[in-house]
Amino acid sequence: MNDKRRSPMDKKQERVGVYVCHCGSNIAGTVDVVDVAKWAEEKLQHQGVVISREYKFMCSSLGQELIEKDIKELGLTRVVVAACSPHLHEKTFRTAAQKGGLNPYLCELASIREQVSWVHTDKAVATEKAKAVVAGAVSRVIENVPLEEIKVPINPNTLVVGGGIAGIQAALEIANAGFHVYLVEREPSIGGHMAQFDKTFPTLDCSACILTPRMVEAGTHPNITLLTWSDVVNVSGYVGNFHVTIKKKARFVVEELCTGCGICQEKCPKKVIDEVYEAGLGYRKAVYTPFAQAVPNFPVMDKENCTYFIRGTCKACEKFCPTGAIDFKQEDQLLNIDVGNIILATGYDLFDARRVSSYGYGRLPNVFTSLEFERLSNAAGPTSGNIVLRDGKTTPKSVGIIHCVGSRDKNFNNYCSVICCMQGLKFAHLVHERTGATVYNFYIDMRTAYKAYDEFYQRVLEEGTLFVRGKVAEVTNAARYDREKGKLIIQVEDTLAGKQRRIPVDMVILSSGLQPRSDAKEVGKMFGISCSTDGWFTEKHPKLDPVATMTEGVYIVGCAQGPKDIPSSVAQGAAASARVLDKILQEEVALEPIKATVDQEACSGCRICNSMCPFNAIAFLEDRMVTEINPALCQGCGTCVAACPAGAISGTGFSDAQIIAQIDGLLLRTLEPVEA
Amino acid sequence: MTDQFEPTIIGFTCNWCSYRAADLAGTARMKYAPNVRLIRMMCSGRLDPTFVLRALSSGADGVMITGCHPGECHYIEQNYKALRRFLLLRRVLKGLGIEPERVKLVWASAAEGTRFASETTTFVEEIRKLGPLNWGKADDGALTTDHVESSIIDRPSSEMEVPA
Repeated sequence: MNDKRRSPMDKKQERVGVYVCHCGSNIAGTVDVVDVAKWAEEKLQHQGVVISREYKFMCSSLGQELIEKDIKELGLTRVVVAACSPHLHEKTFRTAAQKGGLNPYLCELASIREQVSWVHTDKAVATEKAKAVVAGAVSRVIENVPLEEIKVPINPNTLVVGGGIAGIQAALEIANAGFHVYLVEREPSIGGHMAQFDKTFPTLDCSACILTPRMVEAGTHPNITLLTWSDVVNVSGYVGNFHVTIKKKARFVVEELCTGCGICQEKCPKKVIDEVYEAGLGYRKAVYTPFAQAVPNFPVMDKENCTYFIRGTCKACEKFCPTGAIDFKQEDQLLNIDVGNIILATGYDLFDARRVSSYGYGRLPNVFTSLEFERLSNAAGPTSGNIVLRDGKTTPKSVGIIHCVGSRDKNFNNYCSVICCMQGLKFAHLVHERTGATVYNFYIDMRTAYKAYDEFYQRVLEEGTLFVRGKVAEVTNAARYDREKGKLIIQVEDTLAGKQRRIPVDMVILSSGLQPRSDAKEVGKMFGISCSTDGWFTEKHPKLDPVATMTEGVYIVGCAQGPKDIPSSVAQGAAASARVLDKILQEEVALEPIKATVDQEACSGCRICNSMCPFNAIAFLEDRMVTEINPALCQGCGTCVAACPAGAISGTGFSDAQIIAQIDGLLLRTLEPVEA
Repeated sequence: MTDQFEPTIIGFTCNWCSYRAADLAGTARMKYAPNVRLIRMMCSGRLDPTFVLRALSSGADGVMITGCHPGECHYIEQNYKALRRFLLLRRVLKGLGIEPERVKLVWASAAEGTRFASETTTFVEEIRKLGPLNWGKADDGALTTDHVESSIIDRPSSEMEVPA
């Protein structure tokens, strides 16, 4: 342990001001604030407390002026404000201290509202605890040292990972503001899930019609470098100065020569089931663009399925390509780029409906997933928009839509996937409109929050769609009665009617939930951000900072942060870009000076701390056999400080001396005068 | 107030989860035992085990260490380091003749104000049952070097392993 406490002589010179806030009756109702203030002035005098005041609202401008005035007139060198949580007003009071001419980090907050008055009832006990909390803050503040914010320059380029609607929006906002963006997408085209949809709820806009103009804009924007069929493989550095390595997978098509005429796709003799874009319902060629409006429209060659790569002959595409753009020798390329900020828009995976085995997906042919239905009903899809059964020709006469598949279910995901209710209603509308079939919706609760959503629900109700409230137990083809023969029977408890029902239908659509990308954990680790227990990327603050992360300069937007609909994804894309532009325009960024530093004189070179840091901030200097911490990479968690057996690492803002002093203060050990 | 023993407990909290859980308990006006006094750190990984010993030797009857749930650490994985140190520390406490139950590790996310409040109250009751931490006992000869050594040697090696 590194108990580098300042000598009593030094500390004696400190002049501490204590300010106890009433917070109206929020604190004063349970804590005798007058008594606390008086007690602090008497009992903590030997610690340097020269003035102790109580005031109705310390955070008011008058309260703040009180602090400023005392600093100037009484020559205070330390300030303790006993009020609310530092998460609320630490900045307020630090700024006040700064205005008075003090380094802002010489001001401490003692939380006597959230931790005392609001959670305790006995006034005497609460007052005693408040005194201890104040004593803790006073002894801690004496150990505080002046700190300066750390400034680092910002590289104006930005990396956006993921070319779905959220990523496209973020990239366009930044590019339109005049700054360069690298937009990386692992599929051959940008567009994401939205490019697969037929209609969007609740307006029933054609998804492609509203998305493709954005895709084209992103693809042709002079400030956007589009890197599709590419993966980010390594990230190092810190806010303002990230170094990123991107693997550009071989397309076997030379982008500079390709005109996107599509002749190669036409001539390619190999048909492959398209598991990605067509959700397994349609075919593509071995050399392909996933869809007609793909951006960029250069095809990629699927090496696994290409006849030339398998058998060594064919090359039909090469023979017919009018510009000689096919290159079978192309190799993966590694690109190194430097960026100042990173936006992650990596999206979601659809919940695998096979996991709910009682619903029969994969076993019963006429059970479809939501994505399969999107392709079925899409005019550009495999059936040209005809809603038909798996045989490809029969129009269903009755359709059951099951909500909450994989969501709000203890066996799978506890969370609500947000979009499935509206998606189910959209499907109900489309089936009704195009086939005239009887449609049943099986729901647990109908969740239609947000603008014009409930109106859409009313519209679908009025169209005659039937709603059964209850979680479906089973979908089966085992008929018990004649009317059930050849049908899929949905077994459900109708919780409103209070009885079990068996409803025979021709087609079942599973409104599957969303789940985090299967590689979200690894991706999070690469970018230095964490995932929640459900696996979604964790935001800095769930309410007040939903697009930033704990790693400065890394932002999360769209479904990577949690399930959400298109408008929310677009809003987050724009929100993150505003944050990035704010950083770029400041030209440098101020980092909280809560950092670990190594006293290299004391460092024994044992390297115990080297493995402690998840941010790679600790480097071992082989030549001098000591450890060094990069202050810009250090996030200030303090794990290495606690680990150092030589006590050579100190953590600013939360030093050993500060914490030990606070322990002693809280335990009222500091009440007896210290002998010098 | 009754004559029952009121323990004094120091609680170490993580700035990102448990300290915010305490804030949330406050905002929601949840009531819990007033015996715990909190210290904010940036991460449970900052917890030097000697802080716990310092608190116990300075008059605390128990220490509550709180951090983010496994997998939810704001610094990726530092709460696992806190967990390891906690497990080792309990063995040290046992060797020193202090009930290891006097130190408790609690995971509480920023959303778990209820959990923070109930765990605090539970822990206070547990410490109340243990009674005041009496360092004097060790001086009475109950704890000697021989005693510590034999208590370590007598134990099966499986008990000495620290879970990963």
